[in-house]
Amino acid sequence: MTQVHEKLEKVTVLFAGDSGDGIQLTGNQFANNTALYGNDLSTFPDFPAEIRAPLGTIAGVSGFQIHFGSVDVYTPGDRCDVLVAMNAAALIKNLSRLKERGTIVVNTSGFDKRNLRLAGVEAGQNPLDNHSLEGYKVHEFDVTKLTRESLKESPLGTKDRDRCKNMFVLGFVYWMYNRKIDSSLEFLKTKFASKPEILEANTIVLKAGYHFADTCETFSNRFEVKPAKMPSGTYRNVIGNQATALGLIAAAHKSKLDLFYGGYPITPASDILHELAKHKNFGIKTFQAEDEIAGICAAIGASFGGDLAVTASSGPGIALKGEALGLALMLEIPLVIVNVQRGGPSTGLPTKTEQADLLQAVYGRNGEAPIPVIAATSPSDCFTMAYEACRIAIEHMTPVFLLTDGYIANGAEPWRYPKSSDLADIKVTFASERKADDEAYRPYKRNEKLVRSWALPGTKGLEHRVGGLEKDKETGNVSYEPENHEYMVKIRAEKVAKIAEYIPSQELDSGSENSKLLVVGWGSTYGAIKTVVRELAIEGVDIAHTQIKYIQPMPKNLGVILSKFDKILVPEMNNGQLIKLIRDQYLVDAKPLNKIKGVPFEAREIKEGILNMLKQ
Amino acid sequence: MAEAKDIQEEVQKLTAKDFVSDQDIRWCPGCGDYSILKQVQSVMPELGIPREDIVFISGIGCSSRFPYYMNTFGMHSIHGRATAIASGLKAARPDLSVWLITGDGDSLSIGGNHLIHLLRRNFNLNILLFNNQIYGLTKGQYSPTSEVGKKTKSTPMGSIDHPFNPLALCMGAESTFVARALDREPKHLRNILMRAEQHQGTSLIEIYQNCNIFNDGAFGGFTDKQTKKDNSLYLEHGQPLVFGVKEDKGVILDGFEPRIVDLTSGEYAKEDLWIHDEKCRNKANILTRFFDDPSNEGALPRPFGIFYQEDRFRYEEALYEQLDTLKKLEGDPNLDKLLAGSNTWEVE
Repeated sequence: MTQVHEKLEKVTVLFAGDSGDGIQLTGNQFANNTALYGNDLSTFPDFPAEIRAPLGTIAGVSGFQIHFGSVDVYTPGDRCDVLVAMNAAALIKNLSRLKERGTIVVNTSGFDKRNLRLAGVEAGQNPLDNHSLEGYKVHEFDVTKLTRESLKESPLGTKDRDRCKNMFVLGFVYWMYNRKIDSSLEFLKTKFASKPEILEANTIVLKAGYHFADTCETFSNRFEVKPAKMPSGTYRNVIGNQATALGLIAAAHKSKLDLFYGGYPITPASDILHELAKHKNFGIKTFQAEDEIAGICAAIGASFGGDLAVTASSGPGIALKGEALGLALMLEIPLVIVNVQRGGPSTGLPTKTEQADLLQAVYGRNGEAPIPVIAATSPSDCFTMAYEACRIAIEHMTPVFLLTDGYIANGAEPWRYPKSSDLADIKVTFASERKADDEAYRPYKRNEKLVRSWALPGTKGLEHRVGGLEKDKETGNVSYEPENHEYMVKIRAEKVAKIAEYIPSQELDSGSENSKLLVVGWGSTYGAIKTVVRELAIEGVDIAHTQIKYIQPMPKNLGVILSKFDKILVPEMNNGQLIKLIRDQYLVDAKPLNKIKGVPFEAREIKEGILNMLKQ
Repeated sequence: MAEAKDIQEEVQKLTAKDFVSDQDIRWCPGCGDYSILKQVQSVMPELGIPREDIVFISGIGCSSRFPYYMNTFGMHSIHGRATAIASGLKAARPDLSVWLITGDGDSLSIGGNHLIHLLRRNFNLNILLFNNQIYGLTKGQYSPTSEVGKKTKSTPMGSIDHPFNPLALCMGAESTFVARALDREPKHLRNILMRAEQHQGTSLIEIYQNCNIFNDGAFGGFTDKQTKKDNSLYLEHGQPLVFGVKEDKGVILDGFEPRIVDLTSGEYAKEDLWIHDEKCRNKANILTRFFDDPSNEGALPRPFGIFYQEDRFRYEEALYEQLDTLKKLEGDPNLDKLLAGSNTWEVE
């Protein structure tokens, strides 16, 4: 039959099914294939907190959303064009996210009586039969049956055969978007190298799904999303947590320091530990500690010994590390703390995203305890900012917070990765050996940046004691002198403030001083804000946008930028935190736009916020 | 070579004085900490380690002021966490001689978790656990080693916390070197310190230390001239368990039960007694259970010395072995290759 090739600019596909259905793997495979094909893309995995949540239920639905296009893509997409639903619960949970007249690909075997009951569908109300899907293009087929059919000859048992069904769907979607399946064939070869029977089964089913789509009479349309016009260069696909780990490794390599990572497993930060543990040939020491406190304390010990030391966690773990953060700050030694934020407070929403730990990072310690705070804006920006965190920590002898969040940590995008020679140098200077008749070593003497020296054990003549008690401004000995304490509190604050001289200036990402309104974002809201501002520009509404990545201290020129605008809107995935800092530091009448639902902003939500503010 | 020789000569010239820092000591007059500090300072020159390679790390509490008084590298950290900090330091710098100073509150209460995990990992470092059975720095609350019924400011009706038996706890945590010493037995303490440094792995020494302000005489039974010989049992590898003023009492192992026997009646000779074997885990476990109140009739004597010593792999060695293995397998690190990953594409 004749097939129409429909050309599209951007498409959003949502794969959804039971958390045991292999949805994340399917999604990641499609994302990698999409990246290799040359589309720009952004992904958003959304999974339940439970490892194997109750099968068939709405709570157990795992999703993977991918937005890809021939034009720049900055978010995983608001609503999707295609919903792949492996069972009734997946359809019911996600139908509202599908665009009008969108496409639904349905596995009918996931709509039997039991699945319908588990999804809470009333008897006789099977959405596949009750005409409720009439506004959509629905493609139904029995994936389980087709998978079993294609594996008639396989020596595998039924359970193992059924586990291949995600490959059927993947093959099917590859065909829909006119793709080659080679990248996934290669992936399977590596993944199942030691299990030839499983490799064969998955390969057969992947091909079966592809051919089924090709020969099945119901499909007359095939879509094509042409490669995006991205800046020239060499690209790869990267996930946020992976990029963070690579940034840390790169910084250690460039600074010629050993990387030490002390941490405790926590969602959604654990993948940083996993990624680092893979690259031990870089001399990376990963230490899975007994708890969060031990994770940071071991890192402090390693830093005292001269390693580039890092710990990572999420909100609850960071709360536990608070006291040790104060110690690192008193010791004035380099330390990088990554907070992959998730929904809080308390255990909160472990697998969902939020930006609600900003004030915790800025203020969450006893005493006057300023620590530099920086934030990444996208999966690949995690690399840049992890590298920056290390640079600031080492060159300014201070703990540094890097904030990312579950959204960008698990999301993926194409990355025009740098060459190692393009990376900024990181200057490390250790205090040098002293002879018996040299002047006594003064551990808290500061240079022009107000930075003290890093004196490693093992260096002759530098024997000295440090600790959490207030120290004398030069000798570092314990001091309870009133004048000295005030001096030390102020000098520690001034040292952090001075970092502003060593970070990039703030720039407008779009718009100009003449724009009607300035949107100020920080961290992972970048993509959604950029998408909106571009859309509005096309519609003739001139909006300025700036994204703050250096939060403590803020860039020196930020105040000047803010002063040019009458209307400032601050969208955040929290109840208003950056806005407090901005109002406090610059006395501007900024307005908040908050979303606290555990999911990222949709572009349309920010658009609505901007348009409402413009009306006022 | 010449350089190594110079270092050796210089180290040989070190005396206890070289390990005294310029800081005034702020412990209460008469505190048991003074004696321990003095023994540590006098042992240091005998270790043959350059001063700059020695690090003292402590938590919080009276004893944790210790690093300030040692002219070595030192860190006075936060409550209970010296154990975790020392672990990280040792992982980063296996070349250093690391000494951890902690107390019963610091390492058995707030830092209990890190202590047990350090012991099982067996980093090669030395822990001096000053046990005075009281919170001194916070002015006299009961500690996790205080006896039941202890009356303090926080327990006016007497403590109802059953105390830890610290050495039994350490045995349970897979410790490879378990010893007990006393602030008032300096020579014995020095020997134990030397043995601790020689042990390759985590050495734990519980040191009974008298707090003369808030818990004076807590260990009187083991230090007073009149009673100490009847209440204390000094362990020596390969030697029978003999104690008493006139060395007139011994311990035999009757099945799993230790029993005190009289060596003067003629029924038992030294040859019949339990012979101490540092390498025997089962016997060490029983020895740590010699934990009776010495004032009780028929109480087993409290052992001092090395209960147990075992050679087991050190965490930091295994860590570096893994790094070396991977380096051999994958070759020198190539950052450009790492950043590129396995799938790339060109955009013109």
